[in-house]
Amino acid sequence: MAERATAAGRAGLRTGPGRLLVTVYGVFTVAAASRSAYQLSARFDEAPVAYLLSALAAVVYALITVSLVRGGERARRLAFGCCAAELAGVLVVGTWTLLDSSEFPDTTVWSGYGYGYLFLPLLLPVAGLLWLRRARAAA
Amino acid sequence: MIAPLTVAVAVAALLLTAWCGYAAFRNQAVKDWHYLGMGIVLLLTLAQLTVGLVQLARGERPAGDGTAVFVSYLVAVALCLPVVAIVSLGERTRWGSATVAAGALVLAALQIRVADVWAGGVGGG
Repeated sequence: MAERATAAGRAGLRTGPGRLLVTVYGVFTVAAASRSAYQLSARFDEAPVAYLLSALAAVVYALITVSLVRGGERARRLAFGCCAAELAGVLVVGTWTLLDSSEFPDTTVWSGYGYGYLFLPLLLPVAGLLWLRRARAAA
Repeated sequence: MIAPLTVAVAVAALLLTAWCGYAAFRNQAVKDWHYLGMGIVLLLTLAQLTVGLVQLARGERPAGDGTAVFVSYLVAVALCLPVVAIVSLGERTRWGSATVAAGALVLAALQIRVADVWAGGVGGG
């Protein structure tokens, strides 16, 4: 019985709404990673802060994607922490870019609360946190 | 040639978003008709990729030095629907439909970037 519950808990993070989250986080991982790879290799000097933040965002997205796919309680906690960090990141960077754009001659995924990405960078971590909390309640 | 095709792909992708979003709203999994719709939009994106490559081969370039970025966007566009179609096969619930809707929405959003890059706005990368 306990074993079955664990199995359900493992699969639970990536089925149902989790499947949608994994897909969208996967897309964002690819988007942020390729964007930052291009920016860091071709134009690092223009806006180092912005481009390093893009790279950091890519790492956070990748961690969340992998955690959701792997499942289990430890992965759930890691994903929860990453979603919280992502939410903090998008709020801080979003506010920062609005107040002082001099460090950001070029935009990042999190600029202006992610308006260039349909505000998904702001909505995603909220959806992720809600889903991960519900997954724990279910387990 | 790039601009009208970009608009056509974007509109088709938005229609697909609405259609699959409606299925998710009604608590339905994606059905054969939806896959047919995905196939049609996928063909449009492949046509766009082909036209883009032909343009490049004929020596027309995006304004600025955005050739590599332009091609990677076109490839990303063509990959969107196959990926979400496979995901939706494994998720025969409303969330599969929602995933396809999200993929089509991403596809439509990418069209803005394709047009941008072709016009020389490599800025966002």
